Amino acid sequence: MGEFFRVLTDNGQLFVDGFTNTVKLFLIAAVGSLVLGTLLGAMRVSPVPALRAFGATYVNLVRNTPLTLVFAFLVFAVPKLDVNIDYFPSAAIALTVYTSAFVCEVIRSGVNTVAAGQAEAARALGMTFGQVLTLIVLPQALRAMVPPMMSVYIAMLKNTTIAAGFSVLEAGAIPAYMAERGEPQFAVLLWITIGFLILILPLVALQRFLERKWRVAR
Amino acid sequence: MSQASILYDLPGPRARRRNAILGVASTVGIIALLAYVGYKFADTGQFEARKWEQFQYASVQRELLGGLGATLKAAGIAAVLALLFGAVFASGRLSDKWILRAPATFVVELFRAIPLLILIFFGYYVPLQYGWSIDKLWALVIGLVLYNGSVLAEIFRAGINAVPYGQTEGAYAIGLRKNQVLRLILLPQAVRSMLPAIVSQLVVLLKDTALGFIITYPELLFVGKQIGGRLPFGLPYVPTYLIVAAIYIAICGSLSALAWWLQKRMGRTPRTAAKVLPAQDAGADSARMI
Repeated sequence: MGEFFRVLTDNGQLFVDGFTNTVKLFLIAAVGSLVLGTLLGAMRVSPVPALRAFGATYVNLVRNTPLTLVFAFLVFAVPKLDVNIDYFPSAAIALTVYTSAFVCEVIRSGVNTVAAGQAEAARALGMTFGQVLTLIVLPQALRAMVPPMMSVYIAMLKNTTIAAGFSVLEAGAIPAYMAERGEPQFAVLLWITIGFLILILPLVALQRFLERKWRVAR
Repeated sequence: MSQASILYDLPGPRARRRNAILGVASTVGIIALLAYVGYKFADTGQFEARKWEQFQYASVQRELLGGLGATLKAAGIAAVLALLFGAVFASGRLSDKWILRAPATFVVELFRAIPLLILIFFGYYVPLQYGWSIDKLWALVIGLVLYNGSVLAEIFRAGINAVPYGQTEGAYAIGLRKNQVLRLILLPQAVRSMLPAIVSQLVVLLKDTALGFIITYPELLFVGKQIGGRLPFGLPYVPTYLIVAAIYIAICGSLSALAWWLQKRMGRTPRTAAKVLPAQDAGADSARMI
C-alpha cells in the first residue's frame, strides 16, 4: 500500500502535467467539435441538397474510420503534403474532426425529435424562420440534445488518451514514461484510472440528472 | 426533403430561387475545396507512380492482407468473448439477488468509465512489469473484451427491459419458472429488438482494434505505417493511409449498413412487443464512439 502512494508522490509532476494536457486537449477539441459539428448538423437539416449530401458523406466516412487512423493520417501523412502541424495541435484537430461527426448526428436527431406540427403551427401564427428556430424548435430540441451530447463529450474525454500513441504527453502517455522509470505499472495505471474517474463521474452524474429532469418536462 | 421539412416551410418561388442559388454556390464551394486538396496532393507529388507502384507487388498486397487478418482475428476473438462477458454481466445486473447485482453493476459501470487504451495498457504493461510474456494480441483482446463486453451488457439489459412487463407477468401467470420466463419469453423477443444495437457495437469493436497500433500489435494500421515508411517509394504515407482508410470504411460501412437494414426490418415486422433498440440513434451511438 505504501508503494502505491509512493508512485503518485514520487511522480506527481508527471501526473499533473499529463492530466493538465488531457484537460487542455479535451477543452480545445470540445469547442472545436461543437463549432464544426453544429455547422455540419446545420448542413444536414438544410434545404440545399448539395449541403445535405456533403454533411451525410462526411459523417458516414468519419464514423466508419477508426480514430487512431485519423490521428495517424494527421501525424504521418499530412506533413507529406507540406503542411506542418505540431503534435499537440494535430491531436486536437484529429479529435475535432472525429467528434464533429458525432456532434452533427446529435444535433440532427435532436432537431428531428421536434414534432413537425410544432414548426407548422408556429409558421401558421406568422412567425419568421428566425422566430420558429429560436422560440419553438431549439428550446425543445436542446432538451433532447443535451444527454446524448454529454455522452459524446464523455467518450471524447476518454478518446484523448489515443494522443499518447502520437507523441503528446497526456494522461495516456504516463505509462510509457513510467516504464522507463521502472515504476510498478499496476499502481500507475490504477492512478490513471482514478484520475479519469474523477474527471468522468461528475459528468456522468450531471448527465443522468439532466436526463431525468428534462424527460419529465416533455 | 422529409428531414428538412421540420425546420423549413415548403419553398415558394422566392425560396426555391434562393435555394437554387445556395445549391450552386455550395456545390462550387465543395468542388473548390476538393480541388484544393487534389492540387495539394498533386503539388506534393502524391500521384507519382513511384508512390503507388508497390501496391502492385504481391508481397505488399500480402502484407496488407496479413494486417487485415490480424485486425479481423483480434476483432473476432474479442467479439465472441465480449458477447459472453456481456451475457454474464447482464444476467448479473438483472438478477433479483443483490449479491449478484451489486458486483455486476460495479464492473459494468467501472469498465465503461475507463478509457479503452488504459484497459489495453493494463493487459500490456502489467505482465511486462512482472516479466511474463504476453502476446500483444491478448493484451488488445483483454481491453476490447472488458470495455465492449460492458457496453454489450448494458445493451442486453436494455433489450430485456424493453420487453413490456406484461409479458413477464403473463409468463409467470401460466406457471413458468424464472429461468423459463427469461429463456422462452424474454430472450426471443429481446434478441430481435437488440440485434441492430449489437451489430453496431461490434462495428465499434472492429474500429477499436486499431488501438493495437499503439502497443505495436501488427494490425492493419501498423502494417500501413510500415508500408508508408519506405524511402525507395518516396515515403508513401498518404497513398497507404488512403488505402487503409478505404478498407476500414468498406468493412465497417457494410456492417453499419447491415445494422441499419436489421433495424428497418425489425421495425417493419413487429414480432416482438419490445421497441427496437436503434442501431444509430444519437444517444446510443454516441456512447459507442470508441
